[in-house]
Amino acid sequence: MKLRFPPPFLSSRGVRLTGDLVFQAVLAGVAVLSVIGLAVLLLRELVYGSLPAISEFGLGFLTSTEWNPVRGEFGALPFIYGTVVSSLLALAIGVPLSLGIAVYLAEMASPRVRAVLSPVIELLAAIPSVIIGLWGIFVLAPFVREHLAEPLMSYLGFLPLFEGPAYGYSVLTASLVLAIMIIPIISSISREAILAVPRLQLEGALALGATRFEAITGVVLPYARGAIFGAVMLGLGRAIGETMAVTMVIGNSPQLFTSLLHPGYTMAAVIANEFTEATGELYLAALIEIGLVLFAISMVVNVLARAITWRYMRVQGGA
Amino acid sequence: MPELEWRRLKDRLFTAFCICSTALALIPLGSMLYTIFMKGFSVISLSFLTELPAPPGEPGGGFGNAIQGSLIVVGIASAIGIPLGIAAGMYLGEYPNSRLSRAISFTADVLTGVPSIITGIFAYMLVVLRFGGFSALAGGVALATMMLPFIVRTTEEAMKLVPWELREASLALGATRWRTTLQVVLSTARFGIATGILLTIARIAGETAPLLFTAFNNRFWFDGVMQPVATLPVMIYTYAISPFDDWHAQAWGGALVLVTMILLLNMGVRLATGRRWR
Repeated sequence: MKLRFPPPFLSSRGVRLTGDLVFQAVLAGVAVLSVIGLAVLLLRELVYGSLPAISEFGLGFLTSTEWNPVRGEFGALPFIYGTVVSSLLALAIGVPLSLGIAVYLAEMASPRVRAVLSPVIELLAAIPSVIIGLWGIFVLAPFVREHLAEPLMSYLGFLPLFEGPAYGYSVLTASLVLAIMIIPIISSISREAILAVPRLQLEGALALGATRFEAITGVVLPYARGAIFGAVMLGLGRAIGETMAVTMVIGNSPQLFTSLLHPGYTMAAVIANEFTEATGELYLAALIEIGLVLFAISMVVNVLARAITWRYMRVQGGA
Repeated sequence: MPELEWRRLKDRLFTAFCICSTALALIPLGSMLYTIFMKGFSVISLSFLTELPAPPGEPGGGFGNAIQGSLIVVGIASAIGIPLGIAAGMYLGEYPNSRLSRAISFTADVLTGVPSIITGIFAYMLVVLRFGGFSALAGGVALATMMLPFIVRTTEEAMKLVPWELREASLALGATRWRTTLQVVLSTARFGIATGILLTIARIAGETAPLLFTAFNNRFWFDGVMQPVATLPVMIYTYAISPFDDWHAQAWGGALVLVTMILLLNMGVRLATGRRWR
């Protein structure tokens, strides 16, 4: 039964006290001002700050590939491209692994192993991104340069994607770092979604003679797909907005790379790197406009993710 | 029967894939914790924790001012974000069925996904530009912006966990609604709210991007909220990308301090409450 507050009999008898109304109004006021007000103010400041760049470059800002602040050329495409490619590659690496982890922890591991490993994997999410970046500079980037790039070039070097020469600070390294950062998010939400699938569904499939693989891919995962899709979108949102870890390993070179072994640049990284040294109103406005674009993209992804999860939660009756 | 064998093989391969994925995810975590501990431990000393950084080229020095600055900036963020977040969360938890509440709750949920660098730009526009320069206050505002939606949501969840019967019992005894909310619901939910606050602090204490051009950096001790201030994450970043080997070593020392603080806070809260990791 759904309980309503206040109980209907109170309001129907006309028991409405001024103190209560004031209290509710004050709370509502704070809630509206701090949450909705913050969202509106955030958008306003971003738009206001980027106005000089918007009026100077118009839509061409988004499609121009030249980024040369000294000559006053500001094009955002290399950064948008870098963000999109590195995030999608991170998903390509991270999603299969996350689903593997989720299935292992939910369906294969004993409850005891699950109870130990689940928090350990989620520990990754608690490590600050600047420290993951530090590890990326001194451990992962040398590893990619010395052990990963070589076999990729010799076996897949005929593809433009893996063309040499190989750099340690590259799009590949950044995507690996991003994958590491989104795995705890995607795997933990997916694990909970898989655990929430009614056991009868799985048992029914097994009773019909399905192998565990067939039961999981044919019955369990489709049942949980709403939440899993939401989790993937959340991971994508995280990857798009991630700043420090990417800035520290992607090489920070504004170009439309084709090889993943070459350096790139992302929207968040260029803001982090150049904001304090941005001289001149136009330079700063261009960086803020990149921030506005980043904000817009990540808000679209996040609204989609939340809309999916909220709908899923309502259909499944909360969780 | 070849077909059955093929199906069994696929099943085994799938099992192997799932086990390997889990093992693979543990490698970077293990490598990170191992490196931070091995490289950081030799750097940590009393002087590292209490002294000012040495000028480039000179050995020694410490991150004392950065540790101090981090505490101050997180303190400013908490002073702004926690009261507003609790009040907004109380509204959402106590009056959940209106369209306004759902809109606010959804907005807060979406705001948790704002990229951290964006909150830095926001605080730059709002505080740095208006008050003439980088400051601890600007850093606090940036972190408070990150904090607020998390506090709102955890407060809301904690308030909703309080059984409705408890509110009805209080009303039946003649208490007004606002007293019910403040003295019955809030005091029942306070443990959950405190947990949420501590986890949020653990989450933002390591944020670097919002501080780069708000709190900026400073080679000296804290000198007032309107002055730039050093913070642990920014210091780690500056030292990590510097060309000096001894600075790199100190960056690992700072990383060990930061990770220890965050993990202790995180694990302490979760152990104390038996709450799941998320």
